[in-house]
Amino acid sequence: MHENTRYVEETIRKLFQIQKLGVLSTQNSGQPYASLVAFVADEELAHLYFATARTTRKYHNLETDPRVAMLMDSRSNLDSDIHEAVAVTAIGTASEIRGQDKSHGVNFYLSKHPYLQDFVRAESCALIRIAVKTYYLVSRFQQVMELHIS
Amino acid sequence: MKWIVSLEDMPEQTHLTVGGKGAALAFLAKSGFVIPKTLCVTADSYDYFITRTGLRERILLELSRKDYNDMRWEEIWDASLRIRSMFLTQQIPEDLSTQLHQALSSWHSNEAVVVRSSASDEDASATSFAGLHESYVNIHGVESIIEHVKLVWASLWSDAALLYRQEIGLDADKSRMAVIVQKLISGQSSGVVFSTNPTDPSQLVMESIYGLNQGLVDGLLEPDRWLVDRSNLRILSHTEAHREKMLVPAELGTKVEPLSKEKTSKPPLSREDVLKVADLAMRAEKVFGQPQDVEWTIKDGKLIVLQSRPVTMLEPSRGEDERTWYLSLRRSFESLKNLRRKIEHELIPAMVREAEHMAGQNLKTLSDEALSKEIGRRKAVESKWNAIYWEEYIPFAHGVRLFGQFYNDTVRPIDPYEFVGLLGATEMESLARNRMLEEMASMVRSNRQLEEQLVNGEYLSADQSFLDLLHRFIEQFGDLSCAVTGVVQCSQGPEGLLRLVREMAAHPAQQVSTNSKEIESLKNGFLNRFSDEKRLLAEELLDLARASYRLRDDDNIKLARIEAQKLTAIQEAESRIMEKGLDKVAPGLADEISASGRTAVSSPITPTHEAGMDDEKVKPRQLRGQPAGPGIARGPARIIKDAADLLAFKHGEVLICDAVDPNMTFVVPLAAAIVERRGGMLIHGAIIAREYGLPCVTGLSGVIDLIKTGDLVTVDGFLGVVTVGSAELK
Repeated sequence: MHENTRYVEETIRKLFQIQKLGVLSTQNSGQPYASLVAFVADEELAHLYFATARTTRKYHNLETDPRVAMLMDSRSNLDSDIHEAVAVTAIGTASEIRGQDKSHGVNFYLSKHPYLQDFVRAESCALIRIAVKTYYLVSRFQQVMELHIS
Repeated sequence: MKWIVSLEDMPEQTHLTVGGKGAALAFLAKSGFVIPKTLCVTADSYDYFITRTGLRERILLELSRKDYNDMRWEEIWDASLRIRSMFLTQQIPEDLSTQLHQALSSWHSNEAVVVRSSASDEDASATSFAGLHESYVNIHGVESIIEHVKLVWASLWSDAALLYRQEIGLDADKSRMAVIVQKLISGQSSGVVFSTNPTDPSQLVMESIYGLNQGLVDGLLEPDRWLVDRSNLRILSHTEAHREKMLVPAELGTKVEPLSKEKTSKPPLSREDVLKVADLAMRAEKVFGQPQDVEWTIKDGKLIVLQSRPVTMLEPSRGEDERTWYLSLRRSFESLKNLRRKIEHELIPAMVREAEHMAGQNLKTLSDEALSKEIGRRKAVESKWNAIYWEEYIPFAHGVRLFGQFYNDTVRPIDPYEFVGLLGATEMESLARNRMLEEMASMVRSNRQLEEQLVNGEYLSADQSFLDLLHRFIEQFGDLSCAVTGVVQCSQGPEGLLRLVREMAAHPAQQVSTNSKEIESLKNGFLNRFSDEKRLLAEELLDLARASYRLRDDDNIKLARIEAQKLTAIQEAESRIMEKGLDKVAPGLADEISASGRTAVSSPITPTHEAGMDDEKVKPRQLRGQPAGPGIARGPARIIKDAADLLAFKHGEVLICDAVDPNMTFVVPLAAAIVERRGGMLIHGAIIAREYGLPCVTGLSGVIDLIKTGDLVTVDGFLGVVTVGSAELK
């Protein structure tokens, strides 16, 4: 594997290990909308998972346009974030996991967020999977590398 | 938290607050040594200043631009210059400023002072790296003292300190700097004593000069030197200096003055003085409990300690690596003026004569044996000039830096590279070459028939005036197919050169953008700040910097001409081998060629490199380097990996390469922007980009592998960012 690919993948994996939350962007009729969600990524970095109640605005938005962007970062709300923080933006398409796959998905999701078991197992809660197309990794303030997944 | 403390209060403060030097001075005073009136601006002041103003994060941001290990010395110098400029232009917060003013006004009665660094990181091993931080001698008035305190703070981030960051534990998050303000003692004699000689522990060693000690510690003057037996304080030897000058306080700062005749023949220390200094050193060693390196001065018979720090018994590793060489490039104004005289009056004329002499030789008339000898001779000539390039020409480039620092200290511009604007409009050889190219292009532009002849490859039937110009060009600069100026045969004909001329002719002429009126106004704005003696110094410094800037480009082209003559001789040998066969030429001839790293027959030009990261999942989107030429431009990338790639260069492309050499910059009039892996504001790519007003970004690690020819790139020369591809998400 090329050195750059390894570096980018490792940096993203490291970030996903330490960061539990990400900001999900959806849109409806041209109006962008941002929400904080607890996420988990699979080993290949091909998919991101999060859970949401079906009554939410983000769920409604996804029903009308499944294209999403999601931002995950390592900021700690200090000045030093400017040079130290790493941010990853993923773009891709979201879909709800239903049927037999859901139970497997829920277990995987809870392996990172065990405290959310009541929430994620509720009837009204949907487990969403984002098929990631590209990651954009921002480091050193303005250095941006793209990782193309599909 | 105390921002400023008197000498009496200093012993109560920790090493972290008053720094290594401050703590030592306080201890010396307490132990009964005579030291000058002293005050300490604590490291807490530094901390408050950089935290409150956001400077801490600005420093961190500057230093995290790229991995330290990927930074060239030039980039470290640039980073240090930018940080220094941040300190110079940042106002001190009002509360701190008020306290400093109050404390200094009540302490200071307009006497001259010395403002010295006292870094908190200075431990026993770090102190041996003397000269990493700045000290300023003969400073007058509260405002000026505070400004110099800022300069000393900035010197925590000097290029030397950044180079030795590991050894001194420099850490942008934790490192602090206290500043000592001391009354200036203008002693008759001064010096340095090591209570234990690092090379022979049974001795102590002292050096002394007339006048201010700065003359010795800055290496300006040669000192007298004494070795003394530690066991009985007997003088073992005295090595006399060639005494000529002394350093004295001037109206501002210091100046070197000739010594009186009497002093030139008399050592700066009497026998009694030597014994007094030796005794001082032994006492200092005793109170500190370890060998001391003490700076002192003698005024009206009184021996006064200026500072004391531990001696490390082992020489630090700086002698073993190339950083020592780099730091030796920091030359004084006087030494640079001498170097300039030598370069302009001796070395450059000799270099030109040597190249012309070789060019005038008819190699065809030489026998194989004589040609073989001539190749060997030309190789030796090339090595000789290469050595001179490193020993004399490279250090001369420091003239630009010296001027840059002077300009920034006096003008305090927001852009720390504003001074570069003053250096333009200098007559560089690479620009003269580009003007000749443009002259040919302009003939093609206005002559349809000539254009058609060139398109059809019938350049030999072209107009005589065009052919004359073409021949003159090739004679002077070669056909441009080699990476070396003046080599005629690399592509066996001028087709590549003519393709370039046609490409230039197909587009409007790109003029050098330097505006002489702007330069004149910048120059006047700068010089009008000074009067009399200081103005003369400013003019001289500017003149030196311009010569230094020009030579930085020209020396490469002149050196290339020497190399071209070696290659011409090798090409003659190659053509004989081709013609007669390897077994029919003298054996020495083939040996000389293979010793040059060439095969007996030169290989054809390799095609343009298109390799990139096609197979990779990772692509660059935005790469961060150094802004080296202002402006924004967009165009297809052209990756240059060797000279042949240059001839395929098309108008509007972005020149991306590892390191731009003045022998490559003939394509710059066609380029939309310049991007270089090598970092620095004063490198060739940046110099020529500014002359043509092109955006330029330098110091992008791995750029020639990350971007491939044809990629659409946007170069932001204001921020130092290169963006790949378009903004749309596909």
